[in-house]
Amino acid sequence: MNATALAHPPELTTLAQRSHLDWLESEAIHILREVAGECANPVLFFSGGKDSIVLLRLAEKAFRPARFPFPLMHIDTGHNFDEVIAFRDLRAEELGERLIVRSVEDSMKRGTVRLHREDDSRNAAQSVTLLEAIEEFGFDAAIGGARRDEEKARAKERMFSFRDEFGQWDPKNQRPELWNLYNTRVHKGEHMRVFPISNWTELDIWQYIARENIAVPSIYYTHRRAVIRRNGLLVPVTRVTPPREGETVEEVAVRFRTVGDITCTCPVESNASTPVEIIAETAVTTITERGATRMDDQTSDASMERRKKEGYF
Amino acid sequence: MGMFGELPHAGADTADLGVLRFITAGSVDDGKSTLIGRLLHDTKAIFEDQLAAVTRASTKRGQDSVDLSLLTDGLEAEREQGITIDVAYRYFATPRRKFIIADTPGHEQYTRNMVTGASTADAAIILIDARKGVLTQTRRHTYIAHLLGVKHVIVAINKMDLVEHSQTVFDDIRASFLGFAMDLDIPDLRFIPMSALRGDMVVDRGEGLSWYSGETLLQLLESINVAYTADALAARFPVQLVVRPGAGSDFRGYAGRLESGVLSVGDSVVALPSGRNTTIKEIVFLDKKMPVAVAGDSVTLVLADEIDISRGDIIAASAHEPRVAKKIGARICWLSTDPPNAAGRFVLKHTTRSVKAKLASVNDRMDINTFVRQPLPASLAMNDIAHVTLSLAQPIFADTYAMNRITGSFILIDEATNQTVAAGMIEQT
Repeated sequence: MNATALAHPPELTTLAQRSHLDWLESEAIHILREVAGECANPVLFFSGGKDSIVLLRLAEKAFRPARFPFPLMHIDTGHNFDEVIAFRDLRAEELGERLIVRSVEDSMKRGTVRLHREDDSRNAAQSVTLLEAIEEFGFDAAIGGARRDEEKARAKERMFSFRDEFGQWDPKNQRPELWNLYNTRVHKGEHMRVFPISNWTELDIWQYIARENIAVPSIYYTHRRAVIRRNGLLVPVTRVTPPREGETVEEVAVRFRTVGDITCTCPVESNASTPVEIIAETAVTTITERGATRMDDQTSDASMERRKKEGYF
Repeated sequence: MGMFGELPHAGADTADLGVLRFITAGSVDDGKSTLIGRLLHDTKAIFEDQLAAVTRASTKRGQDSVDLSLLTDGLEAEREQGITIDVAYRYFATPRRKFIIADTPGHEQYTRNMVTGASTADAAIILIDARKGVLTQTRRHTYIAHLLGVKHVIVAINKMDLVEHSQTVFDDIRASFLGFAMDLDIPDLRFIPMSALRGDMVVDRGEGLSWYSGETLLQLLESINVAYTADALAARFPVQLVVRPGAGSDFRGYAGRLESGVLSVGDSVVALPSGRNTTIKEIVFLDKKMPVAVAGDSVTLVLADEIDISRGDIIAASAHEPRVAKKIGARICWLSTDPPNAAGRFVLKHTTRSVKAKLASVNDRMDINTFVRQPLPASLAMNDIAHVTLSLAQPIFADTYAMNRITGSFILIDEATNQTVAAGMIEQT
């Protein structure tokens, strides 16, 4: 056995200090590179939302000066905020990476997505389009920006999370994940969902956006918007979510904490116009990100778990 | 370092000390969920809507006060059955550092789950019910933490409010714990009396334990120093990818994470398996060039000489190389519900390298409850801890687990099912 323990060079003491953001960043880069090294045909989900914007920054750090070893893909519900879609296209172009867009509306035309009512949320229907796209391209790994702090069901998610040939997640039968050794193996038709920022919280995301000076869509910052107060949420008035009879429309200074499907995403009152101001608000906020902003998660305590089992991101 | 060695304290109070990962070991009865709920609640990691949901659930169950243990209550399937099925991760932060808790449930798959959670933990909290003292499971939890190389062990003697905050009870349990733990040689072992239910000595000092002058649990967790442990080891850089942009660029770098040690520009390194020596020309991190990388840094190395290096190779400190091993002796934890396949053939994943492996022999099997070693067992069942000999089709570049947690660990994968069936810690190379 060689002597592998070295005396610690004292002059390096100050260099060894790494912040929690450095730690999270390094872990995520390691995971992205493992996907590139082990998976034959990966893809990265990019919606134009802040978590996937952070993923792209991490991918730059993981792979530049080379190109990304995967395309970007967005599952478009057709109910997205215009600012977010514009940002999505601009960012993909700036990076010079390939962006694939698959839309829920195409699935509806094909008849694979059928909504109960025309104005139903298309958020859950995304799962169908997403699985169709994975099958179309034969992706064996799909990288996403989900975080474990978002929701109870996510807290149990693996970094590399196995999906069977129906795209289903089986929380009772997950692969144990030890050290930094990820079992990425799948049979044909199965795939992995990979979550490099699992260990990040909402606050970590904003601290990183501030530190790295990362651009995000304008609606993450304060702006005046027509809203309706409904069930304790501020419901935005949009082309697909008009006011109901008897409701009063108000104009309020708001920002979005998440920028998902228009029909189920609500802003919060805020005057924050910079990442630093958002960090100050996030540090003292009293409501969870999804609790304040997502109508779909409030349906039942187990609604995320059910959607995830069906293939939802 | 002795068992009662001082914890090294980090520099300025305002410094961001990075991340501390820890595991909590104990059954529901020990108040484990209450402790985690208490840590999250008192560090303000719980939001109003979460607390409201827990309050509703407490009322529904006919409880008078808010049951903090429900904060970590997980999936629908678990609530129906009143169990926890898997490792869950929880987060909280103080101005000094971010904490990641691996919350492992205590039931029949306990060993497997605790091994998983402990593999990435810097510290372990072993919970003891002050009314019950040291139990078989206390010994089991402590042994697993030790086996997985967790260097900082905090014994939390909980429910002190139910033993009238007695210092004698605390001292007796402490002595009893030391009675068996001495043999394990845990480098940093601490004892804290607490009442997670009332919040005494978790985040706040509370009122019941005025005789105890030591740190609260949170102060202890904030002060544990993990950064230098990995830096002090020999440099190990498993190569994840070769970065070659092509088309008009002559850049050639090796992407990976420095898993241990420190590497500076100009350092002599050796690449394995080629055995070729060279020096570090540049350490690249996106558009920055760094003079030095420390353990944990994901960077790209540019070397002075052109050497054939690919994924699965390792770049290591010259004169402090890992062993090139085609046969290893290892302690494994069997994770699968099925016994080893009849052929005893697996894929062994070690750092960024996967090789075919054959289970040459199962040398002993340890009964985790009695610590009795049974020589040459016929097979292995889930949760078994065993010493095995593995022969490998291609070499790996390894250290012992005691020396290096990353280059000393591996998993076994069954190729037919793609399941991760075992976790291994290398003892002989």
